[in-house]
Amino acid sequence: MGAQNQATTVGDLAVLVRSKNAGPFWLTFDVMFEDEPTYRRVRDAGVIDKPTVASMFHRDPKEVIVVNHDAALAIKVSFPRPQSSGSKLDSDVYGGQQYAPLLGLPVPD
Amino acid sequence: MASFSVVSATGMLGSGFQPESLDKAIALGAEMIGCDAGSTDGGPSYLARGGSHFSEPAMKRDAEAILTRAVPKKLPVVIGSAGTAGSDATLATMVGLVKEIARENKLNFRMAVIHSEQTKETVLRHLRENRARALPPAAPLDEAMVEESLHIVAMMGVEPIQKAFADGADVVIAGRSSDTSIFAALPLLKGFDAGIVWHMAKILECGAAAVTQRLAPDSMMAVLHDESFDVFPLREDYRCSAQSIASHTLYENADPFELVEPSGTLYTREARYEEISDRAVRVSGSRFVRNENGYTVKLEGARQAGYSTIVPGAVRDPYILAEMDEWLAQLDRSIRARLLRTIGNRKYEIVTRVYGRDGVMGALEPTPRTEGHEAFILWDVISESQELSRTIATSLSHMAVHNPIPKWHGLISGVAFPYSPAEIDRGPVYEFHLNHVLVPDDPTALFRTEFEEV
Repeated sequence: MGAQNQATTVGDLAVLVRSKNAGPFWLTFDVMFEDEPTYRRVRDAGVIDKPTVASMFHRDPKEVIVVNHDAALAIKVSFPRPQSSGSKLDSDVYGGQQYAPLLGLPVPD
Repeated sequence: MASFSVVSATGMLGSGFQPESLDKAIALGAEMIGCDAGSTDGGPSYLARGGSHFSEPAMKRDAEAILTRAVPKKLPVVIGSAGTAGSDATLATMVGLVKEIARENKLNFRMAVIHSEQTKETVLRHLRENRARALPPAAPLDEAMVEESLHIVAMMGVEPIQKAFADGADVVIAGRSSDTSIFAALPLLKGFDAGIVWHMAKILECGAAAVTQRLAPDSMMAVLHDESFDVFPLREDYRCSAQSIASHTLYENADPFELVEPSGTLYTREARYEEISDRAVRVSGSRFVRNENGYTVKLEGARQAGYSTIVPGAVRDPYILAEMDEWLAQLDRSIRARLLRTIGNRKYEIVTRVYGRDGVMGALEPTPRTEGHEAFILWDVISESQELSRTIATSLSHMAVHNPIPKWHGLISGVAFPYSPAEIDRGPVYEFHLNHVLVPDDPTALFRTEFEEV
């Protein structure tokens, strides 16, 4: 649980949150949980959905993919990179440091 | 009941593994050794320049550990995406290392070398015959994109590797290959179910990446059965769990339930993951559906996008930090006015990354505000020549350091440069610019294979 008066967040509950290239033109994010109840709590509350992700990263909701992977106890998000990996406007060749904004998403009790 | 055992030496050739893990896999009955040697993770420069991510000693050490174990026992070996990008240049590097290893260890084998680099003519021919398609989010392929390519590779499926084995190869060194084809080629040739094989290959391609807690890269083994496969690590202190194996379909894929291969798509939504011991997992239930629209081969291409000179600098003054956006906008106006007088209308671009604001995430940053008591600024000047980029960068650094803010009256020095000179020539800038597939004459048509008795 978060501190008093502070909502519990995805960062509090996940055992792994990561981002990575899925090929040079896509970014993908994995949010993984330790156990079924925690995973279901976040999944069923719809904490990570297309509109939330699109607005957070300034993307078009039509190009955002959100998949709930029950066997992996994971929620997966993918969307095209704003620029390809390692090109002149890119700042993260591996795409490894793009997940931080997801950590602060509040999860209802 | 038929079975076939496959071991993946490590996730990327050159990243290392414990040789004892391969010894153990062989003792347990491994019938082939595969190893992926490539990736586009490191960006376009490897394909563009023909260099490898790992050093030659690192790649040689891993290849030697594989070949000295496999060859005496007649175990087939597949090394795919040789030398990072799989272009002819890095394939040649890998082949050179393999021959050196054979000579030094007195190994004899029949080696197949499969080239995946494409000529512009080949790609243009497919384009003109309407046999090139864009993958989202790419624009359609055009002739200019092909012409400006420095190198183009095609990603092979299992068929060229299978053909090499059918023609008597003991060791296959392949250019750019889909990561999974390296491990799927031989089991498919032996008639195992495609859904089981491709899923197994997806888990093995990263070596021990799919264990619960990986301390260092290492080997991973799978035993194929008629309707399932078992997967487990070789190191005693590693273990797989149902979740760790299920999770691996997430890795580096946009969609974890649909994995696209040249010949079709693997659907893993119905897959079942069962822990059969404290460290092994049995996987079943995946389906492979062949492409209805025919066979497609993905291209990777890199082009040059100018020359870069960078200027790293930092700000500690709280008044500049508080007005960072306005201060940089003013600098931009000043430098553009100045450059119009010195270089005229020659084209250039200045990419400004502010670490402490949105340096890491750029356009994706939800809160692009400068926070904290210092900020790092990385200016990147890109133009058609190194000389022009440097000319611009020297003006830029001078104007940046003295760029005023309203708070202070008089000349300031507002940027801390860590280096003298402040400007660093970075050389050519590259970018991946092809995200397209070709419809080949047949699955092996784009790949040229040479045999050699080593």
